[in-house]
Amino acid sequence: MGSSQSTSEEVRELVGKTGFSSDQIEQLHRRFKQLSGNQLTIRKENFNNIPDLELNPIRSKIIRAFFDNRNLRKAPTGLADEINFEDFLTIMSYFRPIETNMDEEQLEHCRKEKLRFLFHMYDSDSDGRITLEEYRNVVEELLSGNPHIEKESARSIADGAMMEAASVCVGQMHPEWSGEVFQLRKAYVCVF
Amino acid sequence: MLPATLPLLGMPLSGAGAGVADGAAGESVLPPAGLALLRWQWHEVEAPYLVAVWILVASLAKIVFHLSRKVTSVVPESCLLILLGLVLGGIVLAVAKKAEYQLEPGTFFLFLLPPIVLDSGYFMPSRLFFDNLGAILTYAVVGTLWNSFTTGAALWGIQQAGLMAPTVRAGLLDFLLFGSLISAVDPVAVLAVFEEVHVNETLFIIVFGESLLNDAVTVVLYKVYNSFVEMGSVNVQAIDYVKGVASLFVVSLGGAAVGLVFAFLLALTTRFTKRVRIIEPLLVFLLAYAAYLTAEMASLSAILAVTMCGVGCKKYVEANISHKSRTAVKYTMKTLASCAETVIFMLLGISAVDSSKWAWDTGLVLGTLFFILLFRALGVVLQTWVLNQFRLVPLDKIDQVVMSYGGLRGAVAFALVILLDKTKVPAKDYFVATTIVVVFFTVIVQGLTIKPLVKWLKVKRSDHHKPTLNQELHEHTFDHILAAVEDVVGHHGYHYWRDRWEQFDKKYLSQLLMRRSAYRIRDQIWDVYYKLNIRDAISFVDQGGHVLSSSGLTLPSMPSRNSAAETSVTNLLRESGSGACLDLQVIDTVRSGKDREDAIMHHLLSGGLYKPRRRGAWRCAQAHASFPLHQPVLRRSCPGRAGRGTWQCTCHQRPPRLCLWTCRRVGTKASHPWRAWRLPPAPRLP
Repeated sequence: MGSSQSTSEEVRELVGKTGFSSDQIEQLHRRFKQLSGNQLTIRKENFNNIPDLELNPIRSKIIRAFFDNRNLRKAPTGLADEINFEDFLTIMSYFRPIETNMDEEQLEHCRKEKLRFLFHMYDSDSDGRITLEEYRNVVEELLSGNPHIEKESARSIADGAMMEAASVCVGQMHPEWSGEVFQLRKAYVCVF
Repeated sequence: MLPATLPLLGMPLSGAGAGVADGAAGESVLPPAGLALLRWQWHEVEAPYLVAVWILVASLAKIVFHLSRKVTSVVPESCLLILLGLVLGGIVLAVAKKAEYQLEPGTFFLFLLPPIVLDSGYFMPSRLFFDNLGAILTYAVVGTLWNSFTTGAALWGIQQAGLMAPTVRAGLLDFLLFGSLISAVDPVAVLAVFEEVHVNETLFIIVFGESLLNDAVTVVLYKVYNSFVEMGSVNVQAIDYVKGVASLFVVSLGGAAVGLVFAFLLALTTRFTKRVRIIEPLLVFLLAYAAYLTAEMASLSAILAVTMCGVGCKKYVEANISHKSRTAVKYTMKTLASCAETVIFMLLGISAVDSSKWAWDTGLVLGTLFFILLFRALGVVLQTWVLNQFRLVPLDKIDQVVMSYGGLRGAVAFALVILLDKTKVPAKDYFVATTIVVVFFTVIVQGLTIKPLVKWLKVKRSDHHKPTLNQELHEHTFDHILAAVEDVVGHHGYHYWRDRWEQFDKKYLSQLLMRRSAYRIRDQIWDVYYKLNIRDAISFVDQGGHVLSSSGLTLPSMPSRNSAAETSVTNLLRESGSGACLDLQVIDTVRSGKDREDAIMHHLLSGGLYKPRRRGAWRCAQAHASFPLHQPVLRRSCPGRAGRGTWQCTCHQRPPRLCLWTCRRVGTKASHPWRAWRLPPAPRLP
């Protein structure tokens, strides 16, 4: 922002923190400025400027994920009102592909981070557990695009899915999940 | 008409009935002596009889093979069939002193290949296919071009070096022509071998997709070189090369377009077949076959046409046609494809016996074998290196080994080489012999060794998991998240375009092509849920569940806007809240035009459903302990109110079928004797 030297220093800092390359950071910075209207921070309202996002059935959850303090690694609960560029990059870093030169430990860490991001999306009240109500909420939103499937059907589907997951993990069957039980690694890795 | 069809069917006019024909000719001279009680009409039924006998022999052979588990676990079926063909061909040769039957290109391309391609196109996992489309296209187009050029050039090289017998009179163009037909990976062989090996889906779809899509390249190269050879190498001008390249695009895109047009027609027609259910399977086959023939007529890529037809129409057709038709289509396709594959391999074996058609040259044969293996491996390695720069999940070395080893050649190459014109390509016999050796080598040797190789390399195998609700839900969530992130970042990537396509499909295509009732609730999540419910219910009934055949109930499975609470099973069984066992609601009370088979299924379901007893807290663990395993229906939902036991009304006072209705209607739940379910306690759920 000031002289070019301090900018490149900042860029280098960001490269170190988030793992993006400097080109990618430049590109994301441009997009950030576009979204925020040349301000320093983005608020929830700025996401309304993205027309294609309107069609997404779970957009509220996704936008929320951008402001979730747990994803921003600032606090265990709550939502931030606005995020700056560094926070934006932090969220984006969850979507980076897995590098081929990572060792086992880094790989595990990366995968866990991605899983945790998703878990936070489902767990809206930040209590560390996905309750049946929260899961039902997710399924209802997913099916909200189809006006002919009623809420009750969505609820039964969510219930069925919960039972399925419960039957997969041995013994215990609770109406809630904790993060460790949430075991869908394979799908995640392929997608992310 | 019959004599005309015989050459088409690949059987000589004077077949096994040679003697009889003479006899018939002799008989017509003398007037018949008296009334003949029995007459031997062989020549009238000869052609279809022979076809039926061959197919019967092939099927019986399959039965015999599978009697021995040890053999079939080691040797792929295709090898056994080829060996059987060799044996049979030898027998026929010994008996009739000349080779009677062989794999005729006409029969092959018109009758034997379409069912196999249709089957694979229709059942292609389209999501996986389009996710890996980049890799598939690269291998299919670039890989085949590389293989054909290098093989042809290398063979010409060894001819120049004098390693080949001088009787092989072929120039560079001839070798390039041969290279083009020998270098294509064959879908039939790949299917036959990989089906038994069960590698992971990504690997399979890449190799198999390549074998399907390279048809366009093979067709173009073959035709181009054939016409170059016919024109003579001196007459080839620069413009012809350009035309050749252009024809690649025309053939492939044209073939795909033909397929998509027919897919559209098929989907549209099945929308209106509600009252004529019986012709639905017929429509599917006819239109797909018409796509094949149309593309073949316009000399476009017929395999691409059928593949695109299958991939494109599946979603709409499955939604439109009835459950029975779906089953009919599935099993007929599989039967036809399996039958065609069997016949192809057997005829391959038989055709190899006819030594008048081939001429052996060691240099050519060994050179071809060596070069196709070498250049395939080289090509795969190079292309994978390039592709891994762009792929999210890179293809590792083991995958590359399997891919290069799995590049099998098969009957397509053989049919193409038989089609060569002997006058234009004087070395045809040598090429035929080489092709036979190559095909046998790849199918037998590579087919035999690929299983141990896969095991030794510890290739990731496919895990045959049943579809789960969770997987479906999460897949959808991922798709939406990734599309959203792409929107936020402003990058129009793969997910963005997928999302756009889904929106377009939802808004326009599905409305046009799907039946109204199917369109209303078409949703993959709902489909999986529905299928799982049905499966659980069927398995429950199969295991001896007491069935109340309540024919009074009419319950199609689609929910509706105006679900009358009274007639809804869910409402009947539900206390309050979400203790739903199965969410089947009546679509409308009008019974006309309803699918009888769906209704019957729902009778079974409703008969076997339980009414969960009201309990305070959710003690699912205990509940499941006391549930017999035969109640998977309950497992699917029932989060809240599942109680300690479940009850079924087995009222002995009235006929069971009315029980469910009258209890509720009269409202005398308490007055009605409900008896506990009497199955033996089942083991705890895993």
